[in-house]
Amino acid sequence: MNFEFSADQMQLKDIARKFLEKEETVRRARNILEGEESYDKDLWSQVAEMGFTATAIPEEYGGLGLGYLELCVIAEELGRSLAPTPFSSSVYLATESILQFGSDSLKQANLPSLASGEKIGAFAHAESTTSPTEKNITCEFKDGSLSGSKIAVTDGDVADFFIVSAKSGAEVGLFLVESSIDGVEITSQPTLDPSRSHAAITFKNAKAEALDSGWSNITTLLDRAAVLFSFEQLGGAEACMDMAKEYAMGRYAFGRSIASFQAIKHKLADMYIAVELARSNCYYGAWALSTDAPELPTAAATCRVSASQAYHECSKENIQTHGGMGFTWEFDCHLYYRRCRQLAANIGSQSIWKDKLISSLERANQI
Amino acid sequence: MDFNDTQEEAKFRKEAYEWLKANAPLKEGPKDGWRAASEEEGLKEVKVWQKKLHEDGWACMHWPKAYGGRESTPIERVIWGQEVSKFKVPGGYLEIGQGMAGPVMMMYATEEQKERYLPPLATGEEIWCQLFSEPAAGSDVAGIKTKAELDGDTWTINGQKVWTSGAHFSDYGILVTRSDPSAPKHKGLTFFFVDMKSPGIEVKPIKQISGGANFNEVYFTDVKIPDSQRLGAVGDGWKVSLTTLMNERLAVGDASGPDFEEAFSLARGQDLNGKLAIENDAVREKLADWYCQQSGLKFAKYRNISALSRGETPGPQSSITKIVSGNKLQEVANFGLDILDSAGIIRTDEEGAEQSMYQYGFYGAAGIRIAGGTDEILKNIISEQVLGMPQDMRADKGIPFNEIPSGNK
Repeated sequence: MNFEFSADQMQLKDIARKFLEKEETVRRARNILEGEESYDKDLWSQVAEMGFTATAIPEEYGGLGLGYLELCVIAEELGRSLAPTPFSSSVYLATESILQFGSDSLKQANLPSLASGEKIGAFAHAESTTSPTEKNITCEFKDGSLSGSKIAVTDGDVADFFIVSAKSGAEVGLFLVESSIDGVEITSQPTLDPSRSHAAITFKNAKAEALDSGWSNITTLLDRAAVLFSFEQLGGAEACMDMAKEYAMGRYAFGRSIASFQAIKHKLADMYIAVELARSNCYYGAWALSTDAPELPTAAATCRVSASQAYHECSKENIQTHGGMGFTWEFDCHLYYRRCRQLAANIGSQSIWKDKLISSLERANQI
Repeated sequence: MDFNDTQEEAKFRKEAYEWLKANAPLKEGPKDGWRAASEEEGLKEVKVWQKKLHEDGWACMHWPKAYGGRESTPIERVIWGQEVSKFKVPGGYLEIGQGMAGPVMMMYATEEQKERYLPPLATGEEIWCQLFSEPAAGSDVAGIKTKAELDGDTWTINGQKVWTSGAHFSDYGILVTRSDPSAPKHKGLTFFFVDMKSPGIEVKPIKQISGGANFNEVYFTDVKIPDSQRLGAVGDGWKVSLTTLMNERLAVGDASGPDFEEAFSLARGQDLNGKLAIENDAVREKLADWYCQQSGLKFAKYRNISALSRGETPGPQSSITKIVSGNKLQEVANFGLDILDSAGIIRTDEEGAEQSMYQYGFYGAAGIRIAGGTDEILKNIISEQVLGMPQDMRADKGIPFNEIPSGNK
């Protein structure tokens, strides 16, 4: 049994962690939150220079040709460090769409610049407060152009192109639309986590190029991305647990370290349990993603639910452990609390993923 | 990342499977397993099976060969466990002796004692129990009061133990006593092993909430133990106890009873308010939670096995198993009984009745969350030993034991 990352992969993780610590990414996340910029351009170019954006792209398209296990360990560190970059949109969603469902010419045209970080892609899927389904998507592709509206597109205001879900005849599929062309209107949207920018996009007969069609491709894309999002959530959850512990150890009340109170110790033990379950499920997701296992839908939903739960538990209880200071703008607790919500919302809520999990188990059981 | 064996592991797995195949019937389904007609019958069957294991070198696998073991690596024990779980084989009487008494004897007994007592543990000829908990010392197990007084080279024991599994059929027991009540709590303890047939030992079963009796109260009235049966120094009993407590916390693993699969299959076959329960969103959410917990524990175990496979010491992940699985069992059992509506509370002896499994889970989970370290004690262990947080401030620190209030006063 070898259910672990390899020594090389762990070394890559360590490199990513040290690099992100050195770059003070948490401070950078705060700067984006408080400032006018949509993302940290300097950090983004450094992340690209480290090769992180090129990780899973094959060498023939300008990538490093490493695998998804490498991308998973990087994702965990990006999540731990709150890096304010469009990494998840561009790498887990846009790059993956083209890699999995794009024609060779789309790959040639986009993957090298995605690998180098010159180009940023975003995924435009949600349309209203109802989660997107095969039935309720209203964006429509017809005669080479796309019309309709999307909301809460993460990194929508900085993307060079969008991967858009839209119906085409009887089918729903994925389409690539450049952001700077006629018929594309982008409006920034304020969100609960201003360290990551979001936009509403309106398409009016905007020129679009189809990827391989079918709702099942959207499902597969979300399953693949879910594993990588889960690793970001896992990293964030563990960071919150570590913060809560450090603070409790150094905070004295009633004449003693509050870390010696069972109420606080049991809270931390609960965080540890949530993180350990999430980590173990994330490894399952990583295995399924990296081996193209038929279990991917089950594994992806399992790690997504588990990691969403762990981050929620840890980010809220981190604030609680910090007491009043945890509720201040000055302390960093809220940065994680916000990011937790952003990541939980980004590719579908926990309820949706729980339902997907049970559905995939029902299907597996029928065979 | 893969789930494959190394070459040596695969070879060992094959050898284990083939031996089992030749000596035991395969299980016919996931719910199939060995069951004894009675405790007496079970004990007989276990002893026969253990003798066979020992003869062919599969008993107490990690023990030295000299004491009846195989000197196996930890990963070989894991593989054996995986293979043996495919077969209908007797079990359930020897774990305390082999898992807790054995290691402490190996560490603290004299060479002659090891040669006398360890081999019969490995062959299953002798059964051991553990005499630790007392009415006033549960989670605070160092607060035991059973008195040990030395006269010449003989100790006299007086007091009461409780929650002793298998005391009524055990040949020997490991025993922790208080030899100096005027010393602080952890300092005045002394550890022994004792012949359970000694005059003055009285065993009374404890009736549990399930109606069954798996545990006992054990009374000691002027029981004599020779000083040669002391394990560790006088006053060092706590240190000796920790060896077995750590083993116990690792040994009490997954809670057995209905789990995700049973709840899932129940929901797919049972109507709830006019439609299948599985179509109810609240049901789906609960099932998803249990699946994620079950899966998390399974893959945490795989991570541990991977560490063993590389020859490393596994991480502390196993400390979460009992907390998560005990609570999950309690919730799954409650769910099953809920789904069965009013019929869920009816007790029946009917073979294979759907509600019985959930009813046993309902009772059993309440015990699992306490046995071998309560949820609360395990959370203390996680926060102190895994996360490195400080111990709670103790009101009894440094105070002579006989001045500390304990139990119900």
